[in-house]
Amino acid sequence: MPESISRKEVKHVASLAKLALSDEEELMYTDQLAAILDHARDIMALDTAKFAPTAHPLELNNVFRSDVEKASLDRDEVLSQAPASQDGRFVVPRILGEAP
Amino acid sequence: MVEDSLSSNAEFLSGWEMVVGLEVHCELKTRTKLFCGCMNAFGQEPNTSICPVCLGLPGSLPVINEHAVELAIRIGLALNCRVDESIFHRKNYFYPDMPKDYQISQYEKAINENGYLELPLSKKRVRIERAHIEEDTGKTTHVGGDGGRIHGAVHSLVDYNRAGIPLVEIVSAPDLRSAEEAREYVSELRSILVASGASDGKMEEGSLRVDANVSVRRSGSREFGTRCEIKNLNSLRSLGRAIAYEAERQVELIESGQVVVQQTRHWNEDQGVTTAMRSKEEAYDYRYFPEPDLVPLCPSKEWVSEIGSRIGLLPADRRKRLTSLFEGVESGSTFDQIVTVVGLGLDELVVGAVEGGADPRLALARAANEVAANMVNQANLSVEAFGELIKMESAGQLSATQAKTVLGKMLESGYRPQEVAASLGFEALDTAVLEALIDQVISTSPKEWERFSSGEDQLTGFFVGQVMKLSKGRADGKVVTAALHSRRA
Amino acid sequence: MTASTIGMSAFEIATLVRSKQVSAAEVTHEHLALVKARDGDLNSFLQISEEAALASAKAVDEMIAKGEDPGALAGVPIALKDNLVTRGISTTCASQILKAWKPPYDATVILKARAAGAVALGKTNLDEFAMGSSTENSSFGPTRNPYDLGRVPGGSSGGSAAAVAAKFAPIALGSDTGGSIRQPAALCGIVGVKPTYGLVSRYGLIAFASSLDQIGPFARNVKDAALLLQVIAGHDRMDSTSLGGPVPDLLSDIENGVEGLRIGVIEELIDGVSPMVGTALDSAANSLSAQGAQVEHLSVPAVKYGLSAYYLIAPAEASSNLARYDGVRYGLRVEGQDMNETYVASRTKGFGPEVKRRIMLGTFALSSGYYDAYYGRAQRVRTMIIDSFRKAYESFDVLLSPTSPTTAFELGAKAADPLSMYLSDVCTIPTNLAGHPAISVPYGEGENEMPIGVQILAPALGEANMFKVARALERGAPLIAKKLFWE
Repeated sequence: MPESISRKEVKHVASLAKLALSDEEELMYTDQLAAILDHARDIMALDTAKFAPTAHPLELNNVFRSDVEKASLDRDEVLSQAPASQDGRFVVPRILGEAP
Repeated sequence: MVEDSLSSNAEFLSGWEMVVGLEVHCELKTRTKLFCGCMNAFGQEPNTSICPVCLGLPGSLPVINEHAVELAIRIGLALNCRVDESIFHRKNYFYPDMPKDYQISQYEKAINENGYLELPLSKKRVRIERAHIEEDTGKTTHVGGDGGRIHGAVHSLVDYNRAGIPLVEIVSAPDLRSAEEAREYVSELRSILVASGASDGKMEEGSLRVDANVSVRRSGSREFGTRCEIKNLNSLRSLGRAIAYEAERQVELIESGQVVVQQTRHWNEDQGVTTAMRSKEEAYDYRYFPEPDLVPLCPSKEWVSEIGSRIGLLPADRRKRLTSLFEGVESGSTFDQIVTVVGLGLDELVVGAVEGGADPRLALARAANEVAANMVNQANLSVEAFGELIKMESAGQLSATQAKTVLGKMLESGYRPQEVAASLGFEALDTAVLEALIDQVISTSPKEWERFSSGEDQLTGFFVGQVMKLSKGRADGKVVTAALHSRRA
Repeated sequence: MTASTIGMSAFEIATLVRSKQVSAAEVTHEHLALVKARDGDLNSFLQISEEAALASAKAVDEMIAKGEDPGALAGVPIALKDNLVTRGISTTCASQILKAWKPPYDATVILKARAAGAVALGKTNLDEFAMGSSTENSSFGPTRNPYDLGRVPGGSSGGSAAAVAAKFAPIALGSDTGGSIRQPAALCGIVGVKPTYGLVSRYGLIAFASSLDQIGPFARNVKDAALLLQVIAGHDRMDSTSLGGPVPDLLSDIENGVEGLRIGVIEELIDGVSPMVGTALDSAANSLSAQGAQVEHLSVPAVKYGLSAYYLIAPAEASSNLARYDGVRYGLRVEGQDMNETYVASRTKGFGPEVKRRIMLGTFALSSGYYDAYYGRAQRVRTMIIDSFRKAYESFDVLLSPTSPTTAFELGAKAADPLSMYLSDVCTIPTNLAGHPAISVPYGEGENEMPIGVQILAPALGEANMFKVARALERGAPLIAKKLFWE
């Protein structure tokens, strides 16, 4: 059974989620997440091996659309909502690395 | 087409073996994107093929394009994979070219698994681990700094037209052992993708993109070395050069007592080197989990076999069909030509010409050389016109040189061979004219003729040359040679 | 205009409008006037779209003038939870990160409601990104309970629930991921429905937890709720998880009574409820029994694990669904030195504490090394719960439980302790995990004279039976004597 969560893990998780936490927030979230995860210990004790995981409540499969074109959005309407745009494209600050 | 760097590489690597596995991303030739009805097209105005779904707007949901699934299954079948039930996962990471900041991909259960591809020349079977469906990302352009590169850029511009275009990622086992093999693999894979109708296979437009996993080990060793993944391989040439460079780099490191660090590296085409992007120590945690907005893909056996029946002839069968036109492919060069012709999709041209009565060997050679060298104009050439040209050449109506020239003009203009030949004044010389020209040459070079007549065959070239000169290239060298020899007798 | 339409049901208003006894414009004006006069105290609306509402009303009246039928909701005012995407009308999710976002498209339910003649008055308050049970997590201030302004309306669809309870609109749309329609309906003394997963298209519902989210109706009576659900239900090609097949008829049998129906009271969900909620449930069971149903207690053992499974699954999906709020394409951007700093600055400023908490919880549950222990296990427990329900429905047509363990609590009472807040969803969560429908029906008053809701649960696509039982329950239910804050 894993330990619920450490401050170091909270820091790591915040960085994965692109959130900055103050020291106080780090402590607060560590306590709160630990309390929630501790509550979840009731299911850690269960024997769930015979149950397959359910990703989805529906028993549907093969839902398709046909390969038919639909109208695209108006570019100006879309870019009007963008924080910054230029030459029909979205502007972003410099990127420090290639995609992972 | 083997480059210098590759042959020197082979020597450099003596005592070493390189181990290469490839991940090939192939854009599928659908009308619309994977999860929405936006057009799947190259070269559109930026951000004009976008909708709430492919822009990842809040509230939007993906729905799978059935034709994309069909094309993925074609790829699986063409690569001898097991086609089975599969699900989609989300691969979570932040990057501005990815509208939802996760990519919908297949992770645990891919639609196609455990296949193989047979290399045409060596007949070696390269195992295919999986060929799964995923969505493409948008495109970023870097502004400011050093020539559009990411480093030093002031800011970047993002175009989402490409976001959501269907891809199949084909992952090979680490079965390749040289840069040449890697190139042969990609070249054959490309032919298969094009022949099955799944992709247009255009590496230059990015519809085929290759990442290579490269490691080295001492010859005879069974363990794998630490591998590096090379990204940004946009042509067969880059692929070969990058793999060769990377293997050398790794051998040098080890031989100088250092270790190879597992990392992702970027191929710099201009400088001919790979450079580190990041090391696996800072590996990203993608937090894969089943995509709740999509339901499983469960292709029925009937559907899969129906799809199978729609796949056209694959390259291996196309090569067989061409080979069968010859009484036996005695020389390696003929088979090389067959591989080239099939690889470029020119086999229908050759088969059609031969069916129309053209000489197989000549048709194959003209396709593998002249047509292959002018692929941009290949659409101008009809099977009938090509066949007629080959027949004119076989019949001696055109010399080899003339035939090549005519073929070139046909590819540019789309005209029939007779028209082109007439416009160039390439009327075949009739026998009387040819004999007269030979008389003329003999009379101007009596001494040489005497030596030739007494058996000095090395003078054949001299006389043929003289006749060709007088005929202004209209004479057929073979016909002239035959005429000279019969005169001497 | 003869009498006021304020307080009328959707059925009544549509009938009056279709028979030209009142115009859609008059109905709209009257409701807008009430909202404008009284919502300052309640804060149920984040935005009133007066212009668009009057334009819709005019369109309805023009159709009627031409002798056309505008549909089952002709001229009926409707309030929309602000996580439903509306073209050109700002859609915020009560978050700073979407504060100024004007979407370029409409949610499917918006199109369907409009096509049936409904007139949208505006967008209602919610817990930011629908994460919460009190609507206190809105970044635009909390909504209050119309029966006691010192108390919460429940959440996350607290704005829609409060607006309907306060008679600002006869009907509203909300979304329910773990009880976000039913719990505020119970706390505000109205009817709220979470339909079968897949019955209503999610296209245009801003996702919280995709495998659990469903859009559903609020109304002041059971028939109106069935009517609105009938309008918005049905297959949508834009949603892969939308069910095919015909929409079940929810209205024809609604008055047919419960004679012979087998109704089970879930024992696990009675534990720990407040005394008056417990008493109300007994009374509800007796009422149904008196009307001819066979009512028995039963055990559905796995439901007690619902809360734990839910608070791993929902945050996990949310952590991924909310990644797209990154300051690139829309919404708030706080510029940093580079892309990564901009991501962090935008998200840190744009999300409130509860959203951050759930994003981190979900990120953790999916992260390398913990996936199997948390997310993977929660998914297996989900199967266990589905299995447990399946067994229950072998012997019962519908199940009964409280909707919320308590009546409405005071503002701020649970704000400091997230876990205690999460526990208020304990009765509603199992239904979402199973993908089943459930409805909350008001059943008199409990502690502090605040409303109590009784929940009726049904198997997948069991809505027709569910509504039949709900209507029977409504018929026998004690009324709420307490006055609304403005009455």
